[in-house]
Amino acid sequence: MKFATDRKRVIGLGSARSGTEHFWTMTLTSVALMVLTPLFVFTFGPLLGQPYDAVIAALGHPLRALIIALMLIVGLHHFRLGIQVVVEDYTSGLTRKGLLIAFWIISYGLMAIGLFAIAKLAF
Amino acid sequence: MADVNRGNRPLSPHLQIYRKQLNSATSILNRITGIAMLGSALLIVWWLLAAATGEAYFDLVDGLMTSLLGDVVMTLSVLGLWYHTLGGLRHLIWDTGRGLELEAADRMGWAMIVGAVALTILTLIFV
Repeated sequence: MKFATDRKRVIGLGSARSGTEHFWTMTLTSVALMVLTPLFVFTFGPLLGQPYDAVIAALGHPLRALIIALMLIVGLHHFRLGIQVVVEDYTSGLTRKGLLIAFWIISYGLMAIGLFAIAKLAF
Repeated sequence: MADVNRGNRPLSPHLQIYRKQLNSATSILNRITGIAMLGSALLIVWWLLAAATGEAYFDLVDGLMTSLLGDVVMTLSVLGLWYHTLGGLRHLIWDTGRGLELEAADRMGWAMIVGAVALTILTLIFV
């Protein structure tokens, strides 16, 4: 370790000029979620427990469909980036890679399923 | 950045050496609520998919989510969501270089806790 040069230690570990991308995307999604979260809570919340017909009619409204769709897109993107940090903090090696892949699939899979449902109800 | 002493330096003290404080507790809770939100997202997407599937399946899922257990889970979800939102707001404030003094950070910590509970009560009243 003592004989390793600075260059040897950093090769392959650098930012490749995209070091702030994760941080900046978290900032962007956080700001968006400051607006989307209250909108989503007061859009989705009242629908929970409503009769089927009322829910279908409500979700057919473009504004409600858009709010829920945006919450799914931005929220799950934010989640994917956040859980990445958690995985990187506590795991290493193959476990880390496996968990990163699994959460990537879960996040974007959930997003796709949710958007499909919203699209089916909205159109 | 000549770093000739690598491998022969004192290690920084780890987590368990520090006294528990509001800052670390609220930060850890922010991470936990963030992770837990996956469960909430899963339930909500399931509910949406059920609505898109048909009435019988929707009634089943909607019934589960408005049962006693469902109500507890959704209420905790709302609490976690508001807490994490306020935690995120605190990070956005910190990122501008403001509120980093211990006193201000502590004040925001308490504001997060009280604020999240208050917003949850408001949500339960209006939703």
